[in-house]
Amino acid sequence: MSGFWRNEAQRALCDSIDRLCARFDAAYWRKTDETGDFPEDFVAAFAAGGWLGMGMPAELGGSGLGLTEAAIVMQAVAESGAGFSGASAVHMNIFGPMPLVKFGSADLRARAIPRLISGQDKMCFGVTEPDSGLDTASLKTRAVRKGDRYIINGRKIWTSTAQRANKILIVARTTPRDQVAKPTQGLSLFYADMDRSRVTATVIPKMGRKAVDSNSVFIDDLEVPVENLIGEEGKGFSYLLEGLNPERVLVAVEAVGLGRAALSRAAGYARERVVFGRPIGQNQGIAHPLARAWAGLEAADLMAFKAAALHDAGRECGAEANAAKYLGAEAGFAACETAVLTHGGMGYAKEYDVERYFREIMIARLAPISREMVLNYIAERVLGLPKSY
Amino acid sequence: MKVLVPVKRVIDSNVKARVKPDQSGVDLANVKMAMNPFCEIAVEEAVRLKEKGIVSEIVVVSIGPAQAQETIRTALAMGGDRGLLVQSDVDLEPLAVAKVLKAVADEEQPGLILMGKQAIDGDNNAVGQMLSALLGWPQATFASKIEISGSSAKVTREVDGGLQTLDVALPAVITADLRLNEPRYASLPNIMKAKKKDLAVKAVGDYGVDIAPRLTVLKVAEPPKRAGGIKVETADDMVAKLKTEAGVL
Repeated sequence: MSGFWRNEAQRALCDSIDRLCARFDAAYWRKTDETGDFPEDFVAAFAAGGWLGMGMPAELGGSGLGLTEAAIVMQAVAESGAGFSGASAVHMNIFGPMPLVKFGSADLRARAIPRLISGQDKMCFGVTEPDSGLDTASLKTRAVRKGDRYIINGRKIWTSTAQRANKILIVARTTPRDQVAKPTQGLSLFYADMDRSRVTATVIPKMGRKAVDSNSVFIDDLEVPVENLIGEEGKGFSYLLEGLNPERVLVAVEAVGLGRAALSRAAGYARERVVFGRPIGQNQGIAHPLARAWAGLEAADLMAFKAAALHDAGRECGAEANAAKYLGAEAGFAACETAVLTHGGMGYAKEYDVERYFREIMIARLAPISREMVLNYIAERVLGLPKSY
Repeated sequence: MKVLVPVKRVIDSNVKARVKPDQSGVDLANVKMAMNPFCEIAVEEAVRLKEKGIVSEIVVVSIGPAQAQETIRTALAMGGDRGLLVQSDVDLEPLAVAKVLKAVADEEQPGLILMGKQAIDGDNNAVGQMLSALLGWPQATFASKIEISGSSAKVTREVDGGLQTLDVALPAVITADLRLNEPRYASLPNIMKAKKKDLAVKAVGDYGVDIAPRLTVLKVAEPPKRAGGIKVETADDMVAKLKTEAGVL
């Protein structure tokens, strides 16, 4: 951002994405939430507008936007009422491939990226495992080289969009943990075909965002050609680290966006709903929580865009990105909760959408990193306190 | 053929307009602005004509404040080729706008001027007609369909009671109605390309035309609040109410 507000070019992005999102109204997202059908029409419109390539380099057909611009776009998606159903449906194909963009061979990039931008290929991301959540270094999935291929075996969990994806970015251990100096060494990244005869994805029924599936993934002897190894063998962990801060910033702004959507609905209801002969919003018991929610959202937004600006300037942004994820999720949650409460009994009815927002906003509080681990990071890295785990 | 598309930056159609306390006009401070929807339809039509190979160049012109460059960029992102801002910090009346546009048309020599039938702020529905008179070109207003063949255009117009089809010789002024097309929204790659397109800025004074105001606004006021509706049980009830309360029967 140019300071604290958006410049002309950024407003143009926002206007265009707002118009795209306006074609997918509350009824659309209410329906996908009910049926669990993936929002294919929305993603197709997004791909047709070239938005899937926003962060990809121009030489591969992308638009080379920075994190700030990407954050503006993704926030607008969430804020349109698409929430995490909309944001998560496109998020992974926009930012998930970044390790590939940055560290993949020229050949692999040329094969993979244009197809991801056009939406012909759909990628999911296999990092988290049942026995190693945030402790990525202790993941158990193994990749063993045999001639010109790697054979991968293991389990992943919380892999979003695995039902629909035809590609999977997998992190697996290539050198056993007892043969490397540090546990973060010996991990490698692969861009693999989602060969359904070797990979089984089972949907995890969950609280919200039903339309964008999350899965348990079982990988049995998946064969990946060596050309699809990303970067160097054994360096996968460092490649993953590069994507962590951007992901946190994006989840933060998406949470703020959804919080704003909820707040706008709640303020509208409070203005119009008349009880005892006057709008309920005239009562400070209703008005103040809404005003407080606004203040919280805007403060979190500032932190998130500061983190994005630091990132785009090539500066360290770990503390800010983590803090933004924490603040954005909490402020978004407060806004969504307040929105439900403002609607009274109607807040519990699906027709008013805020209960859906309330269920979806929990994602930002839990993922991609817990609140507790964010606070650990800040305690250690910023405040110099001893590591507790 | 070159087409000239004038566009206007107006209050966003989704924003609820508020009247200034002194009733001198609509309050535009901190209000979201956007391209006039009818201008957008005109831009879209020009882009479609270009895609069909009928139009070779689309020049987008706006008369307004510096911020109107944003509106021009939006039109360029939709498919316009280059832009021209005639900067004016005061709101011009329709006749002044038409005179400036005539001067621009004299310079650009387009084969067609395609513009919105009216701007949603003033709702004057005047510039297209005035411009056609000043240029001495034929006009076809309220177009819902445009077919160009050779040196003439067949234009279907939405008129009271139906559709009228006109054949106008080019160059002509055609104004777009709502049903002419549904404008596209700009794709990201086109937004990026639009940043690099040529956008010239001139001052309204550069054209040496008389823009002195001829109209005086007496007052701008909110329309009276509509009373709530009622539901009637039977047709007889409705007839009775129309007779006794509404007084229309």
